[in-house]
Amino acid sequence: MSQKENKTTNQTSCGSGNCTCDKQDGFDQSMNKKTGRRQMLQKLTGGLLAGAGLVNSACSVTATDNKKENAQLKWEEFFKGNYRLMTADEKKETVNRLQRLYELNHGKRIDISTKSPVKDVLYGYAFNISKCRGYMDCVNACVKENNQDRDSQMQYIRIHEMKNGHFNFEESDDDFYHEVPAAGHFYLGTQCYHCENPPCVDVCPVGATWKEKDGIVVIDYDWCIGCRYCMAACPYDGRRFNWSTPEVPEEEVNKKQHYLGNRLRKKGVTEKCTFCIQRSREGKNPACVEACPTGARIFGNLLDPDSEIRWVLDNKKVFRLKEDLGTEPKFWYFMD
Amino acid sequence: MKQLKIFFSLVRDALDSATKGNTAYHIWMGLLTVLMLTGAYCYSKQLNEGLSVTGMNDRVSWGLYISNFTFLVGVAAAAVMLVLPTYVLKDIDFSKAVLIGEGLAVSALVMCLAFVTVDLGGPARAWHLIPGIGLFNWPDSMLAWDVIVLNGYLFINITIPLYILMKKYQGKLPHKRVYFPGVMISVFWAIGIHMVTAFLYAGLPAKPFWNNALLGPRFLASAFSAGPALIILALEIIKKYSDYTIEIKTIRKISLVVTVAAQINLIMLASELFKEFYAPTHHSSSAIYLFFGLDGKNALMPWIYTSIAMNVTATVILTIHALRKDLRWLNVACVLLFVGIWIEKGMGLIIPGFIPGPWGDIVEYMPTWIEVGVTLGVWAMGFFLFTILVKAAIPIETGRLKYEKLGSQ
Repeated sequence: MSQKENKTTNQTSCGSGNCTCDKQDGFDQSMNKKTGRRQMLQKLTGGLLAGAGLVNSACSVTATDNKKENAQLKWEEFFKGNYRLMTADEKKETVNRLQRLYELNHGKRIDISTKSPVKDVLYGYAFNISKCRGYMDCVNACVKENNQDRDSQMQYIRIHEMKNGHFNFEESDDDFYHEVPAAGHFYLGTQCYHCENPPCVDVCPVGATWKEKDGIVVIDYDWCIGCRYCMAACPYDGRRFNWSTPEVPEEEVNKKQHYLGNRLRKKGVTEKCTFCIQRSREGKNPACVEACPTGARIFGNLLDPDSEIRWVLDNKKVFRLKEDLGTEPKFWYFMD
Repeated sequence: MKQLKIFFSLVRDALDSATKGNTAYHIWMGLLTVLMLTGAYCYSKQLNEGLSVTGMNDRVSWGLYISNFTFLVGVAAAAVMLVLPTYVLKDIDFSKAVLIGEGLAVSALVMCLAFVTVDLGGPARAWHLIPGIGLFNWPDSMLAWDVIVLNGYLFINITIPLYILMKKYQGKLPHKRVYFPGVMISVFWAIGIHMVTAFLYAGLPAKPFWNNALLGPRFLASAFSAGPALIILALEIIKKYSDYTIEIKTIRKISLVVTVAAQINLIMLASELFKEFYAPTHHSSSAIYLFFGLDGKNALMPWIYTSIAMNVTATVILTIHALRKDLRWLNVACVLLFVGIWIEKGMGLIIPGFIPGPWGDIVEYMPTWIEVGVTLGVWAMGFFLFTILVKAAIPIETGRLKYEKLGSQ
């Protein structure tokens, strides 16, 4: 029965709109079907819950228009699909809803991009161990750029202080609080490595995390159910969880956002470094690269033979961490 | 239509039977209700504030909930040890225990699903898991596999006993050709649920402590000792407080299953200890932390030694025939095994898997009171359900409760 309904919806949408598709492929078909079923669920549960008074403010006469709109938008947001399966129109709709919601609650505009991967781009990162001095400017820039929770002091980057003569993480310290660089020590940063074979992506039961065409491993924060299986699967401590509702002071919110990047998260979902997707897809360097005062961080397009990252890979003796796990990180270390 | 009418009558009669009992019974159920309400209060706090009210953090991202989930999958799977001989080998001894076993499996599975749900950061978004309207990452994710096998096993373990009870309720004999295929599937399925749950952990190269081929078989061995141990205790309580006769022969046979499984479990433990400590590598650091502590941190040491002491003592008691045949000693062994394996699956397996973290840092884990409250609530819910199921099934099984009687009353 639902298939029949879907067919009719498809036909009308194709007939009325300026639809560019002349033939549906399997992906579109399954996607449309999913949306159809979900809408049915939305209507069904909507009907059920309305009686229970859960959408009280949406129907109430006394509630203000803003409150009504707020509840309506939240309701629609709850039933949206996985970002990967959204059409361009659906992406636009959810972005509009999210921007409107922020405006309603904070009185300010945010700009959420849905920019797709740029063609012939595969991002890679290199870290110069000789240059890092442990100043932590990268960490601070990252927190500001990516709207991370200030309460729990969430950080994507960890800087490990290692004793000279050892390359041993177990003896290193990633929670130091003293003047840097400390004598007899060197520094090394870790973060999400955007693996070519990311174990975190395989384990996600709902497909809320995936690798984009430009190699960035992203999370759909609104699709994540918070089971934290990805955190257990990551060998590099690349993922963080919002144990409480993340708090970012209003004046510090970075309003230039990407759907898969630094937009504000909710409680109970995982997040991680996205190579600052909101910057990198615009052709800029990630915040950590820009903030590093010593030039220890190099970022670029691996497919561009003239890029700095390619120069490093071609001319320096590079290595990666835990290569035995076969994850193929796109994050290399080297020394001068 | 007629079947539906019989079904509703059965439910009515069963509820009637489940709500009647002596004072001790009402105190028991009242106590469970209080625990469930406390659990619900703790869970509401967790829903409001987030999982930050638990002892978990970015370094130890799974805790008491997932530990209990893992243990209870084993308890659910163990019901098969009673199903197999009853239906397949036609061992009449076990047939009375099998309904209890399946009731236990259903209760354990409901607890499993509850523990996974309370562990979710966004339980409201759990519908993303439903194939069709959500996006089910199958066959890649072992968690997706687990969702399938657990729900499938729950379905099997509800339908088979329901069919048998429906028939007996009408005073008829259940047809073997109807329930037998289901029983055969459930036998393989039970092994499946525990293997899949083990693969959930064993499939993570990021956690060397879990990434171990012995994990699945060891899960089975420990489950087949802890699960039937609980059944023995349950059978004795039922025998004491109801008119349901359970022959001593039945308990003897189940205790033999427990004994062999507990012995195999210890052999596997020895094998793991040898591998971790004869030539310790970087990958042994979780085991070193667990058994000896690392960097002066050793919060799990008391747990693991308690667990091993309990397991060894219980296995010794069970292995000595004279002691195993003495019901008092058997009960002691069963309690020791159940608690010992519960610790082993949680504080001895799930938690140390996260310690030390990927970059060697040691963050210890201790559950908070809220976490303990939710956990006790879920356990109380499981016992509550089990008690109702048993209380309803026994009069039907013994023939005291029949469909015809409804008309004459």
